[in-house]
Amino acid sequence: MSTIAQASVPPARASGARARLQNWLPRLVLAPSFAAILVFVYGFILFTVYLSFTDSTILPRYGLVGWANYERLWRLPNWWIALENLAIFGALYIGICVVIGLFLAILLDQKIRGEGVLRPIYLYPMALSFIVTGTAWKWFLDPGIGLEQVMHHWGWTSFHFTWIKDTEMAIYCVVIAAVWQSSGFVMAMFLAGLRGIDNEILRAAQIDGASTFQIYRRIVIPQLRPAFLSAFVVLAHLAIKSYDLVVALTNAGPGRATELPATFMYSYTFARNSMGVGAASAVIMLMMIASVIVPYVYAEIRGGGNER
Amino acid sequence: MFRRFATALAASAGLVALATGAASAQDSGQSVEVLHWWTAGSEAAALNVLKQNLEKEGVTWKDMPVAGGAGTEAMTVLRARVTSGNAPTAVQLLGFDVTDWAKQGVLANLDPVAEEEKWGEVIPEALQSFAKYDGHWIAAPVNIHSTNWIWINKAAFDKAGGKQPTNWDEFIALLDKMKEQGITPLAYGGQAWQDTTVFENVVLSTGGPDFYKKAILDLDSEALGSDTMKTVFERMTQLRGYVDDNFSGRDWNLATAKVIDGSAGLQIMGDWAKGEFRNADKKAGEDFVCFRFPGTQGDVTFNSDMFAMFDQKSNVEAQRKLASAIEDPSFQIAFNKVKGSVPARTDIPADEFDPCGQKGMKDVKEASANGTLMGSLAHGYAAPAGVKNAFFDVVTAEFNGQYDASEAVEQLVNAVEGAK
Amino acid sequence: MSAEAGTTGARQSRLSRALLYALLIVFAVYYLLPLFVMLVNSVKPLSEIRGGNMLALPHEFTTAPWKSAWNEAQIGVSATGLAPYFINSILMVVPAVAISLIVGALNGYVLTKWRFPGANVVFSLLLLSCFIPFQIVLIPMARILGIIGLAGSISGLVLVHVVYGIGFTTLFFRNYYEAFPTELIRAAQIDGAGFWRIFTRILLPSSGPIVVVTIIWQFTNIWNDFLFGASFSGFDSMPMTVALNNLVSSSTGVKEYNVHFAGAIIAALPTLVVYIVSGRYFVRGLMAGAVKG
Repeated sequence: MSTIAQASVPPARASGARARLQNWLPRLVLAPSFAAILVFVYGFILFTVYLSFTDSTILPRYGLVGWANYERLWRLPNWWIALENLAIFGALYIGICVVIGLFLAILLDQKIRGEGVLRPIYLYPMALSFIVTGTAWKWFLDPGIGLEQVMHHWGWTSFHFTWIKDTEMAIYCVVIAAVWQSSGFVMAMFLAGLRGIDNEILRAAQIDGASTFQIYRRIVIPQLRPAFLSAFVVLAHLAIKSYDLVVALTNAGPGRATELPATFMYSYTFARNSMGVGAASAVIMLMMIASVIVPYVYAEIRGGGNER
Repeated sequence: MFRRFATALAASAGLVALATGAASAQDSGQSVEVLHWWTAGSEAAALNVLKQNLEKEGVTWKDMPVAGGAGTEAMTVLRARVTSGNAPTAVQLLGFDVTDWAKQGVLANLDPVAEEEKWGEVIPEALQSFAKYDGHWIAAPVNIHSTNWIWINKAAFDKAGGKQPTNWDEFIALLDKMKEQGITPLAYGGQAWQDTTVFENVVLSTGGPDFYKKAILDLDSEALGSDTMKTVFERMTQLRGYVDDNFSGRDWNLATAKVIDGSAGLQIMGDWAKGEFRNADKKAGEDFVCFRFPGTQGDVTFNSDMFAMFDQKSNVEAQRKLASAIEDPSFQIAFNKVKGSVPARTDIPADEFDPCGQKGMKDVKEASANGTLMGSLAHGYAAPAGVKNAFFDVVTAEFNGQYDASEAVEQLVNAVEGAK
Repeated sequence: MSAEAGTTGARQSRLSRALLYALLIVFAVYYLLPLFVMLVNSVKPLSEIRGGNMLALPHEFTTAPWKSAWNEAQIGVSATGLAPYFINSILMVVPAVAISLIVGALNGYVLTKWRFPGANVVFSLLLLSCFIPFQIVLIPMARILGIIGLAGSISGLVLVHVVYGIGFTTLFFRNYYEAFPTELIRAAQIDGAGFWRIFTRILLPSSGPIVVVTIIWQFTNIWNDFLFGASFSGFDSMPMTVALNNLVSSSTGVKEYNVHFAGAIIAALPTLVVYIVSGRYFVRGLMAGAVKG
């Protein structure tokens, strides 16, 4: 590993005090960030954990109520709907984004003319806020004014696409729009991974008579492991945090059919004046996020230290 | 590269300093910062009248509009502002939110203005129970919306006989006739608050004002679990049959648009719907007709926008000027004509309002006198936020076919009990 | 890399190329569709939107919605359009991106080239902080901004965005600098270069790609942020997204969809420009930093 601060001898010209400063400087540079994160992230997380044991309603209050908020949370049908939806949404969203992202990256990597035009087209959805893009999607998916009606206009009158109005299917509409937003970004990550692969290995494989498919399956995709991992982490945390997308598209409806933990938490904390229950759901969300991220961070630290 | 960043950084830091400096220079003199969610179109323009009136009094208006979720976003912002110790001067609040904030002890006392201007005599008592807390005035009501209205396309209405239905059966007969015309009888937007607006109308119509008070205002479990409530849900299901397939998630104004263009017959909606008709150049009595939801004539379920003042020692004078300007009759007329609502005070002449507005004012006065001016559930005037949303959950789920009527009654009792 | 399957006949190759392009174009249509819907409907009169086909080209072309969204539409009590809020957003985004860039670069530098015991712990904590759901920090953050006197100001917003950007910017730079040859730095050190000199003379000049990635990432996130912008701004510091939301989400007002779409595109223009201009470097930067190869 590239540890030089400890290994290196301070230059002879420097005085003792300067050398000591030089030694402490890195820590001093990092200190403000570290302090900020300790307070603004970990401090606030502890505060939220604390709130989840209080009787807070409209503003934080400090009367302790034990596990009451958690008991209420797990009794609420909305919370179970939110968790179930997160499972469906998370699995499909991550899966489809990875498949489309990888597929597009491989296609774009075939020495395409016009890559410079296509790539920003695939990427730009990430740049848009969902406040209004959500409306565009909502229209498009709405049978009365959207795709279905357009198809009828064009003469295909038996065409039916009413998912967004359907309690069972509406969550899949959220997936469609979410995939639209993030899959281009995943494509960019895979493309970066593909461009980083050594051409020599591939040429050697080609000479050995391997087919394109085999080359991808045996050589290319295994080498993309880091890209898969990064994509998974980014997508998983986006899935758990998904909020404005749902609000713009369905506002958690029809009924509460597209409720997700993030919308649940916001709604209980800020709209229903049950800050305690909201905090309890936030704590559960944090635990879910941690269960995905902590192993990744661990791998990042361990792996990062040994590779080079 | 580094130097370029440093320059950019210094430049922008300078700009920020300039901007904040400029802002603080304006701070001299009296000012009010107002948080509200009338953020766009004609209602925002109508509020501008208030701003101009205040400026004539030498009070600067600092506008803090936050839209979204019928005030939900604004409430989030309010919490952040109060927590940071930087509360706005005045905030648009509805119903139980006023009470909830008053309980936190952060609202200012408006008694001096209210007593001087005799608010107690002109503002209906039903509103006072929200605008006052612990015997003190804490909010200035701007208007009274009522939610038990039906807005009907005149041409479709005439074709269907043109007779105003006065009870449920006549209402269903009217809807049937509209169905025969080949239009969607009921223009409907499937959002929780819209479902509940229709629901509260059906409750009031089915059970009458006493039942409404018991079930919705007092949250009496027996009333909530009663057979009357089961009938209410059955009637909701019945209404579901007169709605087009694409109702869910539709904004209320798109539903209104269907009544305006004649593709739907009528809509059950609060009187803000009138603004849509007016914007499409439609006239009350000629292009559309308004009447009370069948079986609710004489009763009014209301929703009133109020401005509550936050306790700010240094700004008492400006706050009182604002409160006084809100209750000023000329502002009440100017604003409510645009907004579609009726004035919050009952002593204002009706002659400048359109037929629907005049009827609204008469109905409110009558209902207030009879004690049947009751808070709207859908808009937070019947129950606190937690309970209101529990109603939303059940009503919406039932209307979307997730429960049948008897399951819905059972769920309703449980949900309300759990949220109390 | 490009793995074109050898010499299997020009005809088959041409066919598969055509299929390839067809696929790419189908995807391009999928991605462009919502933008198309917004664009087409932003130049139609409202009556045509209410009655007509969402995908149809306008019968009657009008730029009035764009003008209205830019400087005529009613936002709150004043009919200013989005224009004034644009400036607020710029005043917020530029310093926030610049500061978080510098912080990220320095952190990445320290964490790879000046490692000290416990550096891994610090980095793990920074990295974990990327994933916190922002809704939970609203209330405590508001309290702290109030205490330090930055509530309702652009400086407060800059602080918030810098703090919650530290995790990602540090991650990007750390991964990028880790691949940077340590020998160069050691050589410079022997020549007597200190901490700052090595940073400004050796590392920064070659940080182009990762700077682009960081700028894109931070710019997009900060520009599009609504939650912090709404909660921590004052009447004179509201960013663009809050104004846009005020324009489009007013609950009982009349909805002018054409103006909404025009406003949305105006609000998105800066991020779109950043993506298009620097898109080429984006993949290169990701290659070098965010996706560790």
